[in-house]
Amino acid sequence: MFSDRKTSRVMASPYAAWALIFILVPLGMIFYYGLTDETGRFTLANIAAISQPEHLKALGLALLLSVISTAVCFFLAYPVAMILAKNRVSSQGLITTLFILPMWMNFLLRTLAWMTLLENKGVINTALSLLHLPELNIINTPAAIVIGMVYNFLPFMILPLYNSLSRIDENVINAARDLGANEVQTFFRVILPLSVPGIVSGITMVFIPALTTFAISTMLGGSKILLIGNVIEQEFTLSYNWNLGAGLSIVLMIFIIVNMVISAITERREEED
Amino acid sequence: MSPEEPGWRWDLNRKELIRLEHISKSFDGQMILDDLNLVIHENEFVTLLGPSGCGKTTTLRIIGGFEHPDSGRVIFDGEDITNLAPNRRQLNTVFQKYALFTHMDIAENIAFGLKIQNKPEDYINDKIRYALKLVNLEGYEHRMPDSLSGGQQQRIAIARAIVCEPKVLLLDEPLGALDLKLRQEMQYELIRLKNELGITFIYVTHDQEEALTMSDHIVVMNQGYIQQEGSPEKIYNEPENAFVADFIGDSNIIPATMVRDRLVRILGAEFACVDTGFGTEKPVDVVIRPEDVELVKPEEGTLSGKVTEVIFKGVHYEMSVMAGGFEWLVHSTKLSESGTDVGIRVDPFNIQVMNRPESEDEEAIGVDV
Repeated sequence: MFSDRKTSRVMASPYAAWALIFILVPLGMIFYYGLTDETGRFTLANIAAISQPEHLKALGLALLLSVISTAVCFFLAYPVAMILAKNRVSSQGLITTLFILPMWMNFLLRTLAWMTLLENKGVINTALSLLHLPELNIINTPAAIVIGMVYNFLPFMILPLYNSLSRIDENVINAARDLGANEVQTFFRVILPLSVPGIVSGITMVFIPALTTFAISTMLGGSKILLIGNVIEQEFTLSYNWNLGAGLSIVLMIFIIVNMVISAITERREEED
Repeated sequence: MSPEEPGWRWDLNRKELIRLEHISKSFDGQMILDDLNLVIHENEFVTLLGPSGCGKTTTLRIIGGFEHPDSGRVIFDGEDITNLAPNRRQLNTVFQKYALFTHMDIAENIAFGLKIQNKPEDYINDKIRYALKLVNLEGYEHRMPDSLSGGQQQRIAIARAIVCEPKVLLLDEPLGALDLKLRQEMQYELIRLKNELGITFIYVTHDQEEALTMSDHIVVMNQGYIQQEGSPEKIYNEPENAFVADFIGDSNIIPATMVRDRLVRILGAEFACVDTGFGTEKPVDVVIRPEDVELVKPEEGTLSGKVTEVIFKGVHYEMSVMAGGFEWLVHSTKLSESGTDVGIRVDPFNIQVMNRPESEDEEAIGVDV
């Protein structure tokens, strides 16, 4: 028994080293830079900097766009996940692959493709003008960023929803129908509540990357629209103000932790109920 | 079977409730039910009995509305309900693996159907108490389904179905997942429930003992056809074909020749029997239940043979007897040691003569030739 534990400790040591070097040390550095000024003295100024209007605006916009994207993803993904879960046997593998396939391509490349599609002289507008329809002016607007977020993060919503929906016993749904519930009642009273774990993890998996992204907003939002991710990135790469960048990162982390705590509570309540 | 036969006289006093007319159903080109006709009467405990894949569950799902027949009609209380959605049918189902709503507590599970009907809260609470009392689980209102044992979950599934006051309760192998002792307890519980509620139970099982214990009327199915239907006694004592004889209880099924009315030649020896109308010198099958085979002294038997194997079964001994080139299965409380020479005697009314099917299709359909 003791030697077993010893062996497993030895076996686990590379992972412990990995966690230390690549997770704990960088995290410690973020906190170090975030809580000090250039001279290395302790300060909360970098964190308080979030209250500056331009930073608040970037954070607010990031929150707004990621909430919208998460909601759009949810409403697009739920019907797809239901269809996938219902056709358990036949074409399910193919459809799942179709949804995952884009993820095999580079994330930046996919976003770049949307740039080409949405540009003022891009593929969509060229097609529209050929059909003598009014052109769209989407590129460099928040709408373009939402499109990019939805496109990139949709699979992360579909998969957890599909997972929890396919786990619902068909006879549980039949039982609801049997007890007099019509299809709408069956959905809201049985299917939706039973899929809450999938909804929670789907929302988390879309909301967090959407909130922190800077690549999508840089490429599809032009230089005019700054999300909090862009502000942080620029502090590190353009202004070389690592302290401020790290401080704002800590603020963002707090938002993510709050989100995860809420979803953990929801899930636990679901289990207890 | 015709209405003149004794098994049916008893049924005639009862009102017809469900009629399946010419129901056919196939999945992926495979025929599951072929032109099935079945009448179910009010206040009957009807069991659809057969091996897996015989179409019994599909029949139940068609009655419940979860499956749509390819052709044929389902008549409920004189009304065609073939195209009616499950939530519009006056019947409720107890599913195989309980299918409780795991996100609701027991009270909410039971109240589900009543809330859909917008019943007043007092009424719902009274019903929950009544149903829990009926299934002997008082005080379980606020437990979660996952914290209950399989048997308890099954009772909740029954309680949830009966509070809606259905005319018919459909039960799809409800005891399949329970252990033997619990299963036997639940069998008596179900009979008690049926008598207290005074409604029709349609019960699906592959367990012949369960069917014999609980049913008023048994429908034996195989390969999508009804093989025989009737009271448990009739099904057991007078199986109409080899499938039924073999499926219900242990039996000796022996090829024989009907010499003339009331006389059959089994393995070269002539036995008196009570069957008539098969013709003369006609090949038939006979069924003799192991408990109906009497072992006597070799010179007193119609056939003689030797005991080859003895197993003690508690209530009786199970013996194999080699006689006339056939291995007879014999149940008796009297032991005949292995290796003893014995004679075999069977009372005339214990020999059940059946037509022998001439092809496999005929065997499946179970037709009387």
